Amino acid sequence: MTTRYLLTDVAPLGGTPVDVLLADGVIAATGPDARAQAGDDATVIDGAGLVLLPGLVDLHTHLREPGREDAETVRTGTRAAAAGGFTAVHAMANTTPTQDTAGVVEQVWRLGRDAGWVDVRPVGAVTVGLEGERLAELGAMAQSEAAVRVFSDDGKCVHDPVLMRRALEYVKAFDGVVAQHAQEPRLTEGAQMHEGVVSAELGLTGWPAVAEEAVIARDVLLAEHVGSRLHVCHLSTAGSVEIIRWAKSRGIDVTAEVTPHHLVLTDDLARGYDPLFKVNPPLRTAADVEAVRAGLADGTIDIVATDHAPHTREDKDCEWAAAAFGMTGLETALSVVQETMVDTGRMTWADVARVLSSAPARIGRVDDHGRPVAVGEPANLVLVDPAARRVVDPREQATKSVNSPFRGRELPGRVVATFLRGRATVLDGVPCDDDAAVSR
Amino acid sequence: MRHLLSAADLDVRDAVRILDTAGQMAATQAREIKKLPTLRGRTVVNLFFEDSTRTRISFETAAKRLSADVINFSAKGSSVSKGESLKDTALTLQAMGADAVVIRHQSSGAPHTLAHAGWTNGAVVNAGDGTHQHPTQALLDAYTLRRHLVGDGGRSDVSGQDLAGLRVAIVGDVLHSRVARSNVQLLHTLGAHVTLVAPPTLVPVGVEAWPARVSYHLDEVIADDKPDAVMMLRVQRERMSSAGGGFFPSPLEYTRGFGLDARRLDALPDHAIVLHPGPMNRGLEISADAADSPRAVIVEQVANGVAVRMAVLYLLLAGESPAPTTTKVDA
Repeated sequence: MTTRYLLTDVAPLGGTPVDVLLADGVIAATGPDARAQAGDDATVIDGAGLVLLPGLVDLHTHLREPGREDAETVRTGTRAAAAGGFTAVHAMANTTPTQDTAGVVEQVWRLGRDAGWVDVRPVGAVTVGLEGERLAELGAMAQSEAAVRVFSDDGKCVHDPVLMRRALEYVKAFDGVVAQHAQEPRLTEGAQMHEGVVSAELGLTGWPAVAEEAVIARDVLLAEHVGSRLHVCHLSTAGSVEIIRWAKSRGIDVTAEVTPHHLVLTDDLARGYDPLFKVNPPLRTAADVEAVRAGLADGTIDIVATDHAPHTREDKDCEWAAAAFGMTGLETALSVVQETMVDTGRMTWADVARVLSSAPARIGRVDDHGRPVAVGEPANLVLVDPAARRVVDPREQATKSVNSPFRGRELPGRVVATFLRGRATVLDGVPCDDDAAVSR
Repeated sequence: MRHLLSAADLDVRDAVRILDTAGQMAATQAREIKKLPTLRGRTVVNLFFEDSTRTRISFETAAKRLSADVINFSAKGSSVSKGESLKDTALTLQAMGADAVVIRHQSSGAPHTLAHAGWTNGAVVNAGDGTHQHPTQALLDAYTLRRHLVGDGGRSDVSGQDLAGLRVAIVGDVLHSRVARSNVQLLHTLGAHVTLVAPPTLVPVGVEAWPARVSYHLDEVIADDKPDAVMMLRVQRERMSSAGGGFFPSPLEYTRGFGLDARRLDALPDHAIVLHPGPMNRGLEISADAADSPRAVIVEQVANGVAVRMAVLYLLLAGESPAPTTTKVDA
């Protein structure tokens, strides 16, 4: 029998504090009933001052396994996810071998299940080997045990318009969605950072905003034409927000994500040539940061997704042009959203639950996650202390890699506990290593 | 001054001090015995990841005239081409006791990374990084401009003076040019007015933040600005065949619009001088008439490069004289 947890005086979605009882994998009771039904054997967690949210769901995680286990494994990456308050993650397809067959996605799904930290939902590649030439066996991946619903060539753009059209159409048969990494390849050959004042000064090849916006504009029109749903990965520019806003006003079935780093960091950080700040799409300007915050607040942008991209030290400890693109994010995402959106008064905790849990769960068709905090619902939950403050030290994080752009930065909020189907994966802010692997 | 990474690192005082020191160095180069004992026992490494015989020889000459030991490390045929990283190369040089590392690298920012990543204690001199900076080129250009255009044109002592009020046109491939970036910053610091002249495809997005005017018409700039100097940038022929069909349609069209030919040379004010960082593409950005005319100071730039690099090495390595040699034991 699993442990029963009585969470006392917790604030569901930041609302009125109540007691919540977790038993048998579900929320068994709330309010006065919770204490009454808890009995003597329940573990009591004093939740005064803490916010209770549905467990976070990441639509965009790079777990690096198979292939780059030196940067991250499914086990280390999902442990980091739990530490960050997540109960489900979507493992991106750019592994080696690529997640473009039923066999590979099932392997990743099994590794996730065996690790036991979060539910791992593999993302299937749209094209074989991410080469952008022919469709991967999308149906086989959808029908596999991994039950893939999100398809993406992330890291590369599905830039061939015919191929993109076919993919959008094909996944309708199994309620899938194509998640597009919007990057016009010809406009971004050799690109190193956002094209603008800073790139002009630094002499780094520019990645113009239009290279993202042009693809998004094309894709929303394609989605409209064929009546498919489209998801836009890591939108980063003010112009992209405008295009999504326009598409939604037209009734096009499009969703969009922004990363935590694009909510706060700008291209000025490239001035020190520290590859920690090299990411794709690149950090943009302060005006873009403001636009994506506004878009997230007004619902134009549906979700926050981490684009957690661990890299080995040698891939970052070099000159800028030689360094890999990407930054870690699982263990800082919630804090960044709190700092930029909640503490600034632009969003409530209920909004946070929407953008980091219920909306990504809906886009990825992840059952049992992102559910209301209500009796009978699966106990996939995270308990957050919004009053805490901490200085980010990448070496203390659970992820195997240390490429956090928030190194040395003080951020608000701390994950106190994470529950996956009623089982604590994190308690007192520490991953529960003893239990994770044994129970499922 | 700990390193010289970018022209932007220099304020007007630093810049004038380097130019003045270069003047003193140049004076010693007129002597029969050109070698000075100043950097005896110090080691200067020329770390060249990109071929540039001219720049390497210039730095090598400068260091040797100051009596430093010089090690030339070229990426070709070395462990770098076998995959050794910048970091390991730097650590190796550090272990060998390099006092200064002169680095040329194809990646913008590599000298900055070398100076700040803790891989070396030596002074780092940027000898050209990607499309970012080439500060000693800008300094030698400023030195050349000052010699010819400040005071009475080279005969009087111009030490202590900046370039206030001079009008300089920089013409050509600004987008890919570290020479243009360095010169815009340094000339601005020294009080000159810079006009960049290029086809719009060779002007970077974001140039509006630079302290320079931009024009797409060389003839207009010559007629209206009456520049005191024109600095022609090298245009690489391969720019014609790069992504999107190239940055300009043909060499001929480029030359017609932006080449310095005899007609444009004649239209310049009488006192105006012509600079080029070399190597030149004769017949493309500059005609033989212009390159070989008395106004061209291109060969002199090369000589001035040695004096300026002597000054930079001197100020970096000997400028702050070490504390008197009292033996101090850690408390």
